[in-house]
Amino acid sequence: MATKQTLQNDDINEKKRLELYNTQYLIRVAEQRAYDLFLENLVKGTSHLSLGQEAIASGFANAMQENDKSFCTYRGHAHTLARGASVVGVLGELMQRDCGLMRGKGGSMHLTDTSKGVMGSYAIIGAHLPMAVGSAWRAQYLGHDDVATVFFGDGTTNIGAFHEALNYAVVYKLPVVFVCENNNYMEYTHIESITAVKNPAADRASAYGLESIIIDGNDADEVYRTAQKAYEKARAGEGPSLIECKTYRQSGHSRADPGAYRPKGELEHWKKNNDPITRYRERLIEFGIKQNVINDIEDNVKDLVDQATEKAKNSPVPPEDILTTNVYANGGWAWRN
Amino acid sequence: MAQLTYREAVAAAIAQEMERDETVAFIGEDVARAGGVFKATVGLFDKFGPRRVIDTPISEQAILGAAMGAAMTGMRPIAEIMFSDFLAVCWDFVANEMSKSRYMSDGQLKCPLVVRTGNGGGSRFGAQHSQSIENWAMAIPGIKVVAPSTPADVKGLLAASIRDNDPVIFFEHKSLYAVKGEVPEGEYVDTLGTAKVVREGKDATIIALALMVPRAIAAADKLMQEHGIDIEVVDLRTLVPLDMKTISKSVSKTGRLFTVEENPRLCGWGAEIVSIVVDELFWDLDGPAVRITTPHIPLPAADNLEDIAIPSVDRIYNKILEVLK
Ligand SMILES: Cc1ncc(C[n+]2csc(CCOP(=O)(O)OP(=O)(O)O)c2C)c(N)n1
Ligand SMILES: [Mg+2]
Repeated sequence: MATKQTLQNDDINEKKRLELYNTQYLIRVAEQRAYDLFLENLVKGTSHLSLGQEAIASGFANAMQENDKSFCTYRGHAHTLARGASVVGVLGELMQRDCGLMRGKGGSMHLTDTSKGVMGSYAIIGAHLPMAVGSAWRAQYLGHDDVATVFFGDGTTNIGAFHEALNYAVVYKLPVVFVCENNNYMEYTHIESITAVKNPAADRASAYGLESIIIDGNDADEVYRTAQKAYEKARAGEGPSLIECKTYRQSGHSRADPGAYRPKGELEHWKKNNDPITRYRERLIEFGIKQNVINDIEDNVKDLVDQATEKAKNSPVPPEDILTTNVYANGGWAWRN
Repeated sequence: MAQLTYREAVAAAIAQEMERDETVAFIGEDVARAGGVFKATVGLFDKFGPRRVIDTPISEQAILGAAMGAAMTGMRPIAEIMFSDFLAVCWDFVANEMSKSRYMSDGQLKCPLVVRTGNGGGSRFGAQHSQSIENWAMAIPGIKVVAPSTPADVKGLLAASIRDNDPVIFFEHKSLYAVKGEVPEGEYVDTLGTAKVVREGKDATIIALALMVPRAIAAADKLMQEHGIDIEVVDLRTLVPLDMKTISKSVSKTGRLFTVEENPRLCGWGAEIVSIVVDELFWDLDGPAVRITTPHIPLPAADNLEDIAIPSVDRIYNKILEVLK
């Protein structure tokens, strides 16, 4: 066996690599915690985990600038955390506690933290693509330099809103980045069995005059570099990008899904040979980063998530009087005098 | 009689109709191999195969549009829209297309199809997966609207919907899927447009629908036990056509009307019933007609909040007591 050579720092410097790892690891631990809390019956309603898809959230968020906007789906914990939202706020919302990002009013599918640029998580497939287009329109219109990124799944490419949003964004050259997380499944159905083309997003790019971009979504470096390019292009006024990230969802579609539809061995294969966290940890070592530095990151993340879990568990449920707040802009719900 | 769950009754009705009519076919997202996200269509794919039970892409407009095109040209399709909230993304087909084609063509076109959909709250799914939208559907001329509360009614009314020659929106309540009940065995078809008196009484009438029916019955039982107030409960079962005969008979007898509605208050189905009662039976009323509804708010996710938003047994009980005292 050839001895491994230590790689030299490249365009992604050591500091950034550690950030990319930190974000991925935080998502991994927080999502696993969400799952454990679900088993403890503390997560109410539903929840959709991004286990196995951490590199995409990390790569994009770490390439964003502070005023950039993220639009997420119900599978949005990862993107919300990646933008720096509080872990207590995220876990608290999953547990529908008063400390949750939206005080339990939205629930796990609608995580929102506008202070971090997370413009919401949406549970009607396709809806948030045109919204991201609108955010990009506002940026262009008012001369702001932020870019909107919209994350969605492979299955979402089959709804009309996907196609309308792409055409619209291209026509007006809007600063929006469309990120398809192709995790192979639309709920319990394999994407290839219900889609006309093999690469559900990239193969449609040409229909809208866009470059067909397919990347390894389990490689945070590749995601990060691709994101940087897309943001540069958008900020230069050269319009939208559509990026298809190949990945794999290691958890069930939602909380109760045992994944009976997966071919035997498929999940194990991805976990063993193509896990983004394992791969990135190996990458760090290849770049000569010391094991103790990696351990420190991991220990800090675990502490953070442990503390957040305790805080969320100790938080009360939301008070009843918020049932009728914030229906209208005056803070209330009155519809008659 | 067999003991079936509400969800098993769905599959039983579809199987019954598919067996007798080859033009009945069923499409939707994850409905075939996975048996539906609510497991309401388990077994149909194994029984009838991929020609008749079809997993579709996430393309609600195509699902309803295709169902409509097939219905116009000789089939009796059943289309599933997983959560009723998602009907909003394909509402064109409900509001502008399937409901109007017969009229616009002066009877040349027909649209015998069923849209099945999971409706209602109680699952802590939040504002986009919990709505009761039966009143949206009721507002559109040209479609029929069904919302059963028991497994037997699911089987009988779904079969009737499939055989009906108009488009039917069939609301299944997500919080009732696990409920068990007696269901007639063998071929069983009920009649659309018929309400049912599910509890007889003389002091007041409650009109309820879907999940609100068992809650209304429980509240009525409690009012009887604790205060000797004798409430009649009418399960509406279908909103269109509306069985005003059954409603009028009950209200004329008791002189008091309450509606228990899960839809948010404004333009909820009860408003229409109250207005008809006030119009046609005013002199039979002994007091105000009162609507008990979800407040006019989006639904919250948190369980403690959702539980106070949707009418509960206690809220129904307390309100009726307050009004009748
Ligand atoms: C309009 C609409 N149709 C259907 C659904 C139900 N649904 C929720 S998630 C999902 C699958 C989405 O698959 P994909 O886009 O690949 O995203 P993933 O869940 O894999 O992240 C479906 C069909 C929905 N939420 N909205
Ligand atoms: Mg997917």
